[in-house]
Formats: sequence, structure tokens, C-alpha cells
Amino acid sequence: MADLTTEFCGIKSLNPFWLASAPPTNTGEQVMRAFDAGWAGAVWKTLGDPIVNVTSRFGAVDYAGQKMMGLNNIELITDRPLSVNLAEIRDVKKRYPKHVVIASLMTETKHDWQVLIQKCEDAGVDGLELNFGCPHGMCERGMGSSVGQEPKLLTEITSWAKEFAKTPVFVKLTPNTGDIVEAGQAAVKGGGDAISLINTIKSIIGVDLERMVPVPRVGQGSSNGGYCGPAVKPIALHMVAALARDEIAGTVPISGIGGVSTWRDAAEFIALGASNVQVCTAVMHYGYRIVADMIEGLSEFMDRQGIANIAALRGRAVPSYKEWGDLDLGYKLVAKIDPKTCIGCQLCVTACNDGAHQCIFTGPGERTRPPHAHTKGKATAPTPLPLGKIAGDRVPWIDEPECVGCNLCQLVCPVPGCISMVEVPGGAHETWNDRVAAGRGKIPGGIHD
Amino acid sequence: MISRFQLPDDRVEKALPDKKPLLGLAEARAESERCLYCVDAPCIKACPTEIDVPTFIKKIATGNIRGSARTIFEQNILGYSCARVCPTEVLCEGACVYNGWQKAPIKIGRLQRYATQHATAQGEPAMFTPKSAPTKGARRKVALVGAGPASLSCAATLTLEGHEATIFERLPVPGGLNTTGIAPYKLHAEDALHEIEWVLDLGVEVKTGMEIGRDVSAKELLDGYDAVFLGVGLGRDTKLGVVGEDGPGVHGAVQWIERMKTLKKSDAKLHLGRVIVVGGGNTAIDVARESALLGAEHVTMVYRRGPDEMSGYLHEMDGARKEGVTLTANTLPHSFVRDAHGKLVALRVVQTRHGKPLPNTEHDLPCDAVVVAIGQAKLRELAKQFPGVEMDDRGCIKADPKTGATGNPKVWSGGDCINGGKEVVNAVADGRNAARTLIAAWSSKASE
Repeated sequence: MADLTTEFCGIKSLNPFWLASAPPTNTGEQVMRAFDAGWAGAVWKTLGDPIVNVTSRFGAVDYAGQKMMGLNNIELITDRPLSVNLAEIRDVKKRYPKHVVIASLMTETKHDWQVLIQKCEDAGVDGLELNFGCPHGMCERGMGSSVGQEPKLLTEITSWAKEFAKTPVFVKLTPNTGDIVEAGQAAVKGGGDAISLINTIKSIIGVDLERMVPVPRVGQGSSNGGYCGPAVKPIALHMVAALARDEIAGTVPISGIGGVSTWRDAAEFIALGASNVQVCTAVMHYGYRIVADMIEGLSEFMDRQGIANIAALRGRAVPSYKEWGDLDLGYKLVAKIDPKTCIGCQLCVTACNDGAHQCIFTGPGERTRPPHAHTKGKATAPTPLPLGKIAGDRVPWIDEPECVGCNLCQLVCPVPGCISMVEVPGGAHETWNDRVAAGRGKIPGGIHD
Repeated sequence: MISRFQLPDDRVEKALPDKKPLLGLAEARAESERCLYCVDAPCIKACPTEIDVPTFIKKIATGNIRGSARTIFEQNILGYSCARVCPTEVLCEGACVYNGWQKAPIKIGRLQRYATQHATAQGEPAMFTPKSAPTKGARRKVALVGAGPASLSCAATLTLEGHEATIFERLPVPGGLNTTGIAPYKLHAEDALHEIEWVLDLGVEVKTGMEIGRDVSAKELLDGYDAVFLGVGLGRDTKLGVVGEDGPGVHGAVQWIERMKTLKKSDAKLHLGRVIVVGGGNTAIDVARESALLGAEHVTMVYRRGPDEMSGYLHEMDGARKEGVTLTANTLPHSFVRDAHGKLVALRVVQTRHGKPLPNTEHDLPCDAVVVAIGQAKLRELAKQFPGVEMDDRGCIKADPKTGATGNPKVWSGGDCINGGKEVVNAVADGRNAARTLIAAWSSKASE
């Protein structure tokens, strides 16, 4: 069985699954239940001077019957007294010495940071996470994402924390920035021991059209919140990978956050450079129990792949994350439709015709290609026409010379495995950057032609 | 609820609740979101009225319920009752691509009911506004005979285009078999009438209690209107023509159903007990299921040929079996056995092979009632009143199945009277197609 233990800035963890700083880590009672369920660590709900919250606080995007594809919140940091939180942290660490507790922190002045860090470390936390990410409420008061968006400020406050901290300092970044690498480098420059990302994305989740008030609604008003959940995973994956491959930001470990819901998501984050992952929305949706499958599924996957431990999985996909200009222009794929499993819905036909390159047809004989086609003459149906076991003569066919291999038909096909993208002989290996270097970067038909 | 046409409240059919109740919001949303939104969808092709099924389903998914109903009604003005009575198993749902994938097909009928029932509920604003006639003199008058689904569909289509449609109906209530002949666990008469009220509110006129040849002549219609549409359906139940048939305890199926659906319990006199239904079609299965559900002691269907040759749908027969109906196949009624007081005691039958009676196989099936469901007579005499309108060997009016055109250039026809007895949705398609043919002809004439 694969070894799922990790060591993160010297902090030993039973597995790579931590709870992110959020409602699931609000109290000691919750955190202990989470540890019992199998979570190896918890980043405590952000500590600072207590605040007051509003009602309501959450809004969600449902998609085609799936609830909470994306979640947005306007809740602030902890609303409980610091002393109560610290007493609970001390208690949790006493009862669960092998589990990791990280204190998420947010405050203003240098002195405040000093006092807060001192108190948390006295309570026995394993590390500190500086919340420079929250994009709602706290940022209006000069904290959270308003720090994360200012590289100089980010560096300075990180260096304050490093000045006072004895435990590792994680800098949690906001995605609400033009260039995440700049923020990552600023964190490293300030002496940060690790980077956590992403925090939530500034968002308005929707509008109550009857009342004409955005949601979540607080009386007759609302405010922008922070967006998270499965919908934000692609944004988070990019930002993790962008830091992982950067020569400055990539020198510190990364705790990957953003829509992690399954072991597969976790494996993707780790493959793109994260050393562990933090989870929030999936737990808010389904509870702490989901971690059992995350542990088992990741372990099974690593065994299948012959990957012995997390360190060996970490960053495996980073080298293949390239600049567009370094991709092979000679590589060629075309779509193939399996008549045996096709159900004849023809979603691929309309997707290709309206949204791609007009190269999927139905029926026998010749079909007229669109006037802009690259290939001369008519498209000809294969003979005999593919007859489906299920779909009969409704099985579409690909006009291969016109297929650009874009994947769209495969993406819309509801039947797993029915449409496959098959490698065909293409051109010699050449990238755009190669062409530019060879002086062939100009394509006829440009602005000045 | 029904303002214009009243039925007694304590009708027998009220004892038979809906087998497929109205979906709730969550059910409708979840089911509509399962739809793949196929292109050139097989469900559309399987619908005789070519309703754009994926489009109306996606509109339910987005919460555009009135838009969904509009998509349905634009093709099928009786989209509500069709949603409830169509044999969707062999039409749209039978064609759903999910079937081939071994997945349950989309519940198209129930989604169609969801949209149409909400959009036509009392208090909902009008969904369609009839066009005003394009130019002076372009407004045409059409008389329609029989207020069943074919005529209602034809009349509504004409009315929405700005023409004038008047339906002449023999009975006091309109709707034809939609009102008087649908299995109650699919559709109750008052729901059928509610839909007809909605159609009449579009501007269709219906004159009830008007029989052709008695209250108004065919000539008056031909002279007074620009066109006549015959949507007269079929006539009385066909009799077996065997000894002892006339007398208490023997019923024609259509008449039996009509009494169950329109009369008070005390007036219906359905003779439940040991019931024999003669026939193998869908009407026979309906009567058998209704008898069983209403509490008949024992129900058996007597059918002349083998089970595989029954014209009734397999899914309906499966339902009947689950409700306790038995099938006595390869059996032919010989005569009715009555006691000294004339009371029915048994149906005497003979066994058959390939539908032909076998000698020395006579035996009695004891019973309290026999319902004969072997077809309906054709209304030959009615059709004959319209010169030029011809009939085929079966007695059906000869009409172009695509347009409804008959041998008289002024007379059009559709529904059971031209096809011998099919589904409501076929009648709706016929009526609509005839109206569209007329509208196209008149508009091209007007533009000449």
C-alpha cells in the first residue's frame, strides 16, 4: 500500500488531506470529529479580533441537477473570542498529538501580529497560515485580499510574521490578482516557508429576480462574496502549477486548495506541484466522512501506478505544463465514433457544426462541405455506412480531412468511450517558438497583407 | 370548475384514481435535466403531431413553463390530454435514445402534462391570441361535424389564423371519445372538458345537441360555409350477432365506458360481478382493467386468436394481468345462455385454431356480464349526406391521410372516421393538417 504520509516544512502528517480554514474548522469539537473521520490536519477558522456576521451567508450555483457546483460566502473570520479558540486548540493538540493544527491568522498592525502569533504558538499549533486571501468584508478593512493584491505589503507582513514565528509560516494567496506568480514570489521574498492557494474568488453568485437583490440576500441588500467549490478547481490547478514551475515561488512547498472534492482532484493538485491539499466545500456539502474514500482512492491509484509515496507523485505533471509556444504543431488527432456504443443522440453533430469545424455528418452519400473548408470537394460517407447496434443509421461519421482534433465532440458525447481521439500521422515536430526562431512566424493573411 | 358543460359529481370513474399523477416541481426539474437534448430527435419523429420534445423539455429545465407549453400547443392544441392518454411507450418514449442504452427513457408524457397543466390552469393568462384576418374578405368560415379531437384541433388551428370555426356536436358535451372514452386512470372526463373549455376560449364555437340531417342539413353546411370538416369518429358498438345477445347483462364496450365516465353511479348499471370482455384490442383491455379496478369478482378477456395476435398494446395487457385480468385466447363466442327469467348466466364459446372454430368444443363460461369490444360501426349514413364523399370497403371515409381532402373539394375529414380508430394524437394531427392545408390554400389565393 502506498505511503500517504507527508512532511511539510518539517510538519509530519498522516496523509495529505487537511481541512481548509473555513466553517468546518470553526470549533474544537468539529476538528476532533474530523480527525476521527480520517483528516490528518486542520487549518483553524481564521483567528483575529472577533467580528459579527450577517444572515444569510452562502449562495450556490447548481448545474443540471447537481447541487453546489460552486459555493459563495460572505462570512467573515471567527466570531468567537480568541481565548476560547486557543483553549480548544490546546485541547485538540493534547488529545490528537499526531494530527496537525495550523492557525489561520488575520490582523492589522505589526504588534497585533506579534501578539497573535505568540498566543497561537503558546497554544501548541504546528504552524501558521497568514490569510491574505479573503475577498469579502475583511478586505474592506485593509486585511485579507487587500494584502494579497499588493506584493510589497504581502512581503512586508510576511516578514513580520517570520520575525516573530517559531513554527512554519504558510502564506495563503488570493486568486484575485493579475499575476499569481508575482504574489508567490512576494511571499517567498518575505520569508514565507510555504504557500497555500487559492483562497476564494471574488464573486456575485446570482440575483434573486423576484426581489432584484443579489444573493445571498441580507434583507434588501447583498455583497460580493468568495467563490469556491468544484467550479473553481481549474483556476486553482493553474495557479498551483504556475507557482510550482516558477524558479522563485517554486522553491517552497505548496498546499493546494480550490474545489478538491475527491482523491482524483487531490492527485491532480499533487501532480501539478502541491505537497498536500486542503478541502472545504466538499465537506460543507457531504461531511467529514468523504475523507475515507479520498484516502483509499488515492492509495489504490498510487498502487496501480507504482508510485510509492506522495513525494514521488508530487510535481510529476509539472514538466509537461508548457508555454503554448512550446507545443508541437505537427501533432494530429482525429475523432472516431464507435458505432457499437453510439446511441444516436447526435449531440456531436450539432456541437461540431455550430461550435467547432463542421466535419460531422449523418446519412449515406456525399455531403457539401462549408464554403470555408480547407479540403476541396465533397465529404463522402464511409461505405458501407456505419450501422449502430443501438443507433442504427443515426450513427454520425467524421469527415476526417476536415477534423482538427479539437475534442469537442468527445466532450459532449454522453456515452463514455464512444468517441475517441485517435492519433494520426501529422507533420514533423515543430513548435511556434521554433517557427519564430526560424523566421517563419508570419502567417499570410494578416493585418498588413 | 366546469362552467359550460356539467357532469354529475358522483360518476363511477371517480373511483379510479390517476395512475400517473402530476409531477412535482423537483421531479419535473430532475427528469427534464436528464434529457440529452438530442438533435433531429427520434422522439419528435415518433410523435404523430411532431411535437419538438427536446425543446419543450429543456424549457421545463430552465423554468420557462409557459414557453414549454407553447412549444407543445403550437404542434398539438390538445397537448394536455395527449400527454395523459398517448401510448407514449410505443411513441415518443419508445423512441428515446436512452432505451438502446439500457436506461429508462425520459418520462416525456408526464413532463408534457406538467407544462400543459400548469400553463392552462384557471387564472393563467391567455397563451395565444388569434390573428386578425389578414385582409378584408380573407376570413373564411368552416363548419366542423363532431366535436372530437380531430375537429377541435382543426377548429383551433383555423381560429388562431383568424378564420371562423363552428363545430356541430350531436351530444350535450363536446370532446368525443376524449370526454367519454378514455380510461379514467389516465384522464377523467372533467379534465378533458377543462381542456376543451381552454380551446373554446381561443375563439372556437361549438353548438351541442346538433345532429346532421335532423337539426341542420349537410346542404346548409355546404352552402353556408367555405369548407366542411368531418370529424365524426365512429358509430355504435359492433354486435357479435349471436343468439341471446339482446337482453340485460350484455353491453357494447364504448357505451359501457361512456356510462362509467358520464353517469351517476346509480344510473350507470355496469353489472360488475363475473365479467367477460370479448375482444383483443385496446378498448377491450381498457374495459377489462376498469372492471377489475372497480371491484369485479373476476374478469376474463375472450379473444378469438392467440395472445401474440392481439391488437392491444403489450404494456396495456401487462398492466391488465397485474390487475387480475385473465385471458381466454383462441376462443369464440357462440351464444349467450340465459335462465328462465332471461337473466344472463353464461357465455357459450367454442375453441378456435387460427381464428376458425373447432367442432365439438362448445362449453359455457359462467358470467354476470359480457362487454363486447370488437369494434364500432362506421357512420356511413352520415357521410353519405355529403355528395362526392366516398367510403372504402371498411366504411371509412376516403381522405388523403396527409391533408384530409375527400372526394368533395369542399369537404375535409380526419380522425377515427378516416383511419378506422387510432389514437387521440392521430386525430389531432389529422385535424391540424387539414386546417393547415386550408390556410395555405386560402393565403396563396389571397396573395394572387
